[in-house]
Amino acid sequence: MVTQANAQEAAAPADTTHAAPAVDATHADPTADTHATTEAHGGGHESGVFPPFDPATFPSQLLWLAITFGALYLVMSKIALPRIGGILENRKAIIDADLAAADAARQKTDAAIAAYEAALAAAKAKAQGIANQTRETIQADLASKRSSVEADLTAKVTAAEARILATKTEALTHVDEIATETAQTVVTQLVGDVSTDSVRAAVAKAKE
Amino acid sequence: MAGTDPIHQFVIQDIFSLFTVGGDGTEGSGLHFAFTNSALFMVATVAIISLYLVLSTGSKSLIPNRAQLLSELVYEFVANMVRSAAGTAGMKFFPLVFSLFTFIFVANMLGMVPYFFTVTSHIIITFALSMLVFLTVVIYGFAKNGPKFLKLFVPAGVPGYILPIVAPIEFISFMSRPISLSVRLFGNILAGHITLKVFTGFIVTMSSLGFLGILGSALPLIMAIALTGLEFLVGAVQAYVFAVLTCMYLNDAIHPSH
Repeated sequence: MVTQANAQEAAAPADTTHAAPAVDATHADPTADTHATTEAHGGGHESGVFPPFDPATFPSQLLWLAITFGALYLVMSKIALPRIGGILENRKAIIDADLAAADAARQKTDAAIAAYEAALAAAKAKAQGIANQTRETIQADLASKRSSVEADLTAKVTAAEARILATKTEALTHVDEIATETAQTVVTQLVGDVSTDSVRAAVAKAKE
Repeated sequence: MAGTDPIHQFVIQDIFSLFTVGGDGTEGSGLHFAFTNSALFMVATVAIISLYLVLSTGSKSLIPNRAQLLSELVYEFVANMVRSAAGTAGMKFFPLVFSLFTFIFVANMLGMVPYFFTVTSHIIITFALSMLVFLTVVIYGFAKNGPKFLKLFVPAGVPGYILPIVAPIEFISFMSRPISLSVRLFGNILAGHITLKVFTGFIVTMSSLGFLGILGSALPLIMAIALTGLEFLVGAVQAYVFAVLTCMYLNDAIHPSH
């Protein structure tokens, strides 16, 4: 009866007498309150049955559950979840790549620092080498110059000493002559002529 | 009176009839198929989930906006649940668990809106979902492990003379899984909604008893507010429990030896 009316309503939703059969039903059976209420709202396929246990609704529910849940499963497994998974994987890949790049850059920096320090040490060593070499060269130069000057001076001193000695020797040889001449002159003045040779011999004798 | 009838919210109404299979053509015979209010909310549930997940991830941003972040959080949440309960091998069932979790969760949340129908408050829906899980476990378990799947009923390390007692218990507990899984969800949602409706009904009933009644109706009002919060919690927790138990049952199918 009421269900029939509802079926008609469903077939013609624009029906303006929508509430009329329901109201009539309520008035027709005022004693069975819950029963009538259920009917009045037009739901129950079998009024009086607790709705969740009404088997008449099972086919529709199962049909629509299969359709909707199947559609949900398809949309999730084919579109939504691969897409979200792709986003997450892509992000993870980018983060990993960035971290790897940062690590590589850090290693490069370390290598650059090490290379710089090696170059610096080498340059320092080289500079020290050059300084040492220059100093040694200068010292050697100085030493050679000094030794040559010293040798020169020594030679000069030696020569001078030799000259002095020669002059002295020469002077000493002249002493005899002077003594001879002086003695000859003195003797000549005193005694008269005397031979140079005898004077010289006398001088030589006196010297001994 | 309909406003305070706690059962009325579960009534399924035809929005339009589709077809009838079998029967003799008279009213009430055969299998009647129709687009009902339940179907409407199933469609709404699936539409909300699908549209949200598809639209929010449309830009595929490297740095997610809020909508995309929520989708990613739900994805990670369910993915971690599957991975921790069923291992990496269980990830092939990830779409199933994700669909179950989101479907039940959104259906429960929609059911909390006044005048909205709660899809999961019908035993046939929860039973169908749990049978889907159960059959997936049984079929996949036998397909993957063959007869070794029966080792599920023989816990490792149990002495042989106890097995005649233990194996039937394991078998019964296994067979009762779809019932416990479906009744848990159905019972929680049904009882919660009835309780909520009863307490809110008290407010209306007491308010009609005059001034003192209006004052007294504050008590069921407070109760109703607290219950509303509790029901949101129950709706979320039951969706989570259903998904976690699904993962654990799937784990049995993947690794049948205890």
